[in-house]
Amino acid sequence: MKKAKQIKDLVTDFDLYAPKLVEKEEYFVSGHRACQGCGEALAVRLMTKALGRNAVITCATGCMEIISSNYPFTAWKNPWVHVAFPNAASVGSGVEAGLKTLRRKGRIPDRRVKVVSMGGDGGTADIGLQALSGAMERGHDMLYVCFDNEAYMNTGIQRSSATPFGASTTTAPAGKTSFGNRRWKKNMPEIMAAHGIPYVATASHSYPLDFMNKVKKAVNIEGPCYIHCYSACPTGWRSASNATVKLGRLVVETGMFPLYEIEDGIYKMTVDPPTKRRPIEDYLKLQGRFRHLTPDQIKYIQERVDVEFDKLMKKINKN
Amino acid sequence: MSKRIGMEVAIAAAEAVALCRIDVAAVYPITPSTHIAEHLSDIVSNGELDAEFMTVESEHSAMSAIIGASTAGARAFTATGSQGLMYMHEMLPVASAMRLPVVMAIGNRAVSGPLNILNDHGDIMMERDAGWISLFAQNGQEVIDMIIQAFKIAEHRDVMLPVNVSIDGFILTHMVEAMEMPDQEEVDRFLPPFKPFETLHPDQPVSMGAFAGNDIYTEISKSKDMALVNSKKTILQVWKEWKKQFGRSYEPIESYKTDNAEILILTMGSMSETAEIAIDSLRAKGMPVGLLKLKLWRPFPYDELKKAVKGVKVLAVIDRAISYGGSGGPVCGEIRSALYDERNRPAIVNYIIGLGGRDVTPEDFMMIAKAASQAEKKAPKDRYVIYGVRE
Amino acid sequence: MVKRKWPETWQEVNPGCIVFEPGSASEYHTGTWRSQRPVWNNNKCIKCGICYIFCPEGCIHEGTDGYFYADLDYCKGCGICAQECWPAAISMVEEG
Repeated sequence: MKKAKQIKDLVTDFDLYAPKLVEKEEYFVSGHRACQGCGEALAVRLMTKALGRNAVITCATGCMEIISSNYPFTAWKNPWVHVAFPNAASVGSGVEAGLKTLRRKGRIPDRRVKVVSMGGDGGTADIGLQALSGAMERGHDMLYVCFDNEAYMNTGIQRSSATPFGASTTTAPAGKTSFGNRRWKKNMPEIMAAHGIPYVATASHSYPLDFMNKVKKAVNIEGPCYIHCYSACPTGWRSASNATVKLGRLVVETGMFPLYEIEDGIYKMTVDPPTKRRPIEDYLKLQGRFRHLTPDQIKYIQERVDVEFDKLMKKINKN
Repeated sequence: MSKRIGMEVAIAAAEAVALCRIDVAAVYPITPSTHIAEHLSDIVSNGELDAEFMTVESEHSAMSAIIGASTAGARAFTATGSQGLMYMHEMLPVASAMRLPVVMAIGNRAVSGPLNILNDHGDIMMERDAGWISLFAQNGQEVIDMIIQAFKIAEHRDVMLPVNVSIDGFILTHMVEAMEMPDQEEVDRFLPPFKPFETLHPDQPVSMGAFAGNDIYTEISKSKDMALVNSKKTILQVWKEWKKQFGRSYEPIESYKTDNAEILILTMGSMSETAEIAIDSLRAKGMPVGLLKLKLWRPFPYDELKKAVKGVKVLAVIDRAISYGGSGGPVCGEIRSALYDERNRPAIVNYIIGLGGRDVTPEDFMMIAKAASQAEKKAPKDRYVIYGVRE
Repeated sequence: MVKRKWPETWQEVNPGCIVFEPGSASEYHTGTWRSQRPVWNNNKCIKCGICYIFCPEGCIHEGTDGYFYADLDYCKGCGICAQECWPAAISMVEEG
């Protein structure tokens, strides 16, 4: 029998009732065909709530495109377009350029409409990286959100450059001579920060207010912004469908996916991990993709997580 | 009033694009189309055209960006060729499936490998089935005219399809020619402001580019095919309007000295200029030879072709590309298939010439005409000949 | 508003396959996927809305009485609401 948590464990009463303050309107509606407990669908839903009505969304091919737009239906209430896998950012930059010039010429209402492009980790860190880099470099007034579920889930859980070290995927499987993915996860937020854009942030569906505040902040900033949003995938990670939100918390509490933002080059932690971070094992053990890892391998990963976390903290403490 | 100008054709192409008052251009540099982009960016930088000029990081993004701009309701343009066209290939069928009236100028160039920057039609032939309307310009004047016509055709409610205009690389793009450049008032009269079918805007949210399963993909494909087939009607109408306003006439297949011709040569693009010289010379010697100039590649003008070859004994189709693996020139393959059902079809011979920028001279056409004249009596031993290849 | 007929023939496919009705996906009911459903014990519920915010389907709504309920037409039974409910007011019950 599950025990109720003590109210004293909760941060403040404000946090406790904050969900009630969230935009009620749904812009990503029920009836979408994502898997049970899909973290990405949850994250997208939260993003659209933060965006509100005044945004145009361009979407890369991937789970979110397939599950939301089965012609002649759409789960979107925002204007939305899907073109292909690698080009959500370049389509977004074109939409932005179009809206900008039409507004200047008085052919559409004279108000700012934010262009938001979105893709999964494959569509962002792999095949879409060039288009994303170009769009950010060109300085379009747009937000790019990467929904990172750490592999090509739509095609059946193949490894991407955002797959974490040691995770077993269908193209980097754990086997007699392999422990799964042999490469460390690509650090997309740092790559984006190196573009010198005004705003870069990491986020998670398990911290909805933090995520939504970041989206709102990015929308208000004129210029290119990037948010990298952790999105748990029960199907691909072989985790329980009800563990999605819990995983998103554990990944932050272990320091594996810190929630921070980089505004005009200044690093800031937005959700403080506990003073004593939890061991990564707490996070890994809930997922089938890590089940094969030996204690030594987990220790090896833990060391790297500690190093990366310290590196980030140095940047944060500098400010 | 149109103005008589002497100008490099690529520069004139950019001037024509500007006259169409485009809203967005997204271009990536590639020889030999770069002068179009450069001059267009000059025009925008000098404030002569109010548009966004996007210097994208690849051709894939160039096409993606103008697709995006078009969904936002902007009149959008790009230019490319060869490897650039290959690189944006993925996006071409999407642009046509989304029924977006974007326009692309192609500086035709051979496709790698080996790398070659000079002209042939290998690039556009690979995009034959992308669902675009495809026009071929013969000279600088046609480049100007077809670019302006392209926007009107593309944006017509009965069409709503992207259009590309093939301009032979270097041979046309870099040639200084004498042309008539229409003025702004004339172009405005011909080409009304762009009224998009539907746009991405929060005031009326729609979803574009939805996923389609096996229950509807076939119907969607048929609808796209019919849109392209039926676009010919509008193309003919637009050309009629063009003739009325500017006096220059366009036809899907133009005939040159075909009266009583027994042998016809069929060409596309700038080769047609060269071929005309050969025809003049051969006619002067009394040879019953004429020229067909294919201007409309997609939708393919089946009826016009059948009419044009009626009573002709030999048709020599000149290709500037190879469809590798035995089928020969892609244009000839198309024409053979188009005429197969005709009872009294001419003998058809296929010559592939001018690959990778190899010179094509009037003498070549004379040689071809003479060789082709034999085909009536004796079928050639090869389905196609790569003309002038060293053996 | 008159419901648009689903396109069946090629003539009915609109140019560019644009979907004109925002949010029309809700015509598709995902509730049939469910093997468990969430049940609220309103004696324990503190009306905080955490179930509402964490629902990937967006199918948990606040009633006029301030308590929350799931629209079972769409609930896929993932169990996140029950897992995240602080006062443990939600339990998952087997269907059928």
